[in-house]
Amino acid sequence: MLRTINVAAVTGYEARASARSRRRRAPLGRRLRAHGTGYLFILGAAICFALFSWYPMVREVIMSFQKTNFAGNTAWVGLENYRHIFADPSFWAAWRMSALFTLFALVLGYLVPFLTAVVLNELRHARAYFRLLVYLPVMMPPVAAAFLWRWFYRADGSGLFNQTLSALQLPSVQWLQSSHALAVLCLVIFSTWANMGSSVLIYLAALQGVPGELYEASEIDGAGVLKRIWHVTVPQMRLILSLMLMLQVVSTMQVFLEPYVITGGANGTTSVVYQIYDYAFSFNNYGDASALGIVLLLVLMGFAAVYLKLARPVEEV
Amino acid sequence: MFCLTTVVFALVFLFPLYWMFAGGLKSPQEIIQIPPTLLPSHPHPGNYSTAWSEADMGRLLWNTTFYAGGALAFQLVFDVGAAYAFSKLRPALGGVILFGMMATLMIPTSVLALPTYLTANSLPFVHWSLLNTPWVIWLPSVASNAFSIVLLKRFFDSIPAELLAAASIDGAGPLRALWSVVLPMSRPILGVVSIFAVVNVWKDFLWPLLVLTNTADQTINIGLFQLSVGLPENILIAALAIASIPTIVFFLIFQRNIMSGLTAGSLKG
Repeated sequence: MLRTINVAAVTGYEARASARSRRRRAPLGRRLRAHGTGYLFILGAAICFALFSWYPMVREVIMSFQKTNFAGNTAWVGLENYRHIFADPSFWAAWRMSALFTLFALVLGYLVPFLTAVVLNELRHARAYFRLLVYLPVMMPPVAAAFLWRWFYRADGSGLFNQTLSALQLPSVQWLQSSHALAVLCLVIFSTWANMGSSVLIYLAALQGVPGELYEASEIDGAGVLKRIWHVTVPQMRLILSLMLMLQVVSTMQVFLEPYVITGGANGTTSVVYQIYDYAFSFNNYGDASALGIVLLLVLMGFAAVYLKLARPVEEV
Repeated sequence: MFCLTTVVFALVFLFPLYWMFAGGLKSPQEIIQIPPTLLPSHPHPGNYSTAWSEADMGRLLWNTTFYAGGALAFQLVFDVGAAYAFSKLRPALGGVILFGMMATLMIPTSVLALPTYLTANSLPFVHWSLLNTPWVIWLPSVASNAFSIVLLKRFFDSIPAELLAAASIDGAGPLRALWSVVLPMSRPILGVVSIFAVVNVWKDFLWPLLVLTNTADQTINIGLFQLSVGLPENILIAALAIASIPTIVFFLIFQRNIMSGLTAGSLKG
């Protein structure tokens, strides 16, 4: 991930700087006072992180090995929670749903913003207005956008899509109710519409950095539009493309709002995070919820590790 | 090419919004009519005022603004302070604390939702519950935006140490140097961090769903979600339109700043 690269870069800088300052030592009293002021500046943020990030992380790990009964007493149960969720059919159904969502989002949510940015970049005028249009859905409150699309997907005559189909004399479609795959696809289409604005913006900014001479050279060599994109644009944007791929997989694996608001988990659309929510707040089973959270964390970290391994050679170019 | 792009873009991005605003003007019969009417035949502007009062949109919008403003203030004060200390004051073990903060970027917020909820419900040692208070949005928002600290620190790193040394010779303490030297130079990055802070509160769903159970305290997302059950279709659509207006208008006014800020932030990150 982009952010993890920073971790290494910034801490490396940090280490060099502290080594430099260690060579010239100020008197102890002044040093202590300076450190004190430094800590005072960090204090507010550090308290927030300790309470709402570091402590919950530790607690998540501990809770995944515990069982809490109705009286609120906890008991150590070892790997029992993990065994329990692995035996739960809804655990596997949730992973299948999240994986299918991620897969569809790779085809749609990843390709469409990139192609949109490429097309917009080819336009000579009014580019700013199109950029504005693509970004409009991002500015809607997500629940408002989701309800709007739930209305569009309505199976009876009041949904926009079925109204369009019937105006074209075509049979209506049960968008969210018929097949599981179609329902997931509908959620992905909505998600792409609602979120693609920010990706398009980033791609457009990156496209500005592709040197124009490369396009001129390829044009002289007689390359068509498609060849130009494939042989010039894609290689030039390799780094940003792979970064966005990684960020997208990590965020789509955590899909929650779309199934929760649009389908309510019906037709097998309960995602992994939805399942965590169900374990925790529908069944009050904090142990199972924490165990599933840890599994999700490990899977996502696995993705990040694979990405870092693949991205390293690209970085050094 | 140009005409095709125009038509496709208008159809995909403008038409759904138009359909929402038009749908909010239709009567209950007209909204389910086949074939649908492109223009509302007998506009009912009353739907919008019904939605405003029935769904209590004014309160929801005000709540969200209040939470976003508070989160912005807390993040600016705490993040700027921390980043300044990490970059310029460099207390012992500052690097370790910074690493601890940046490590949270690797942990998905959805995984931490449950233990964070339990912690906010009963703080360690004091056992206060922050649920349904503004603090439950404000304080965790600092912890969930470690990225802002990274952005600020990297920007502060680029400010030459000589400037601060000069301020110190003139007798300015660390706070005065931050206020009079560092902050005036950091306006662009402060803008980026502010946008992130406000947008995150405005778009967040899972966290406020867990911690704002009280109808009077909910954000626009949670309020819409809870109210959707009891409202007739056309009133709900009008409510969605009202909920979308403030951010869209805000965006249209400040679009230049927002877009340049967002791309700068994401590329640098």
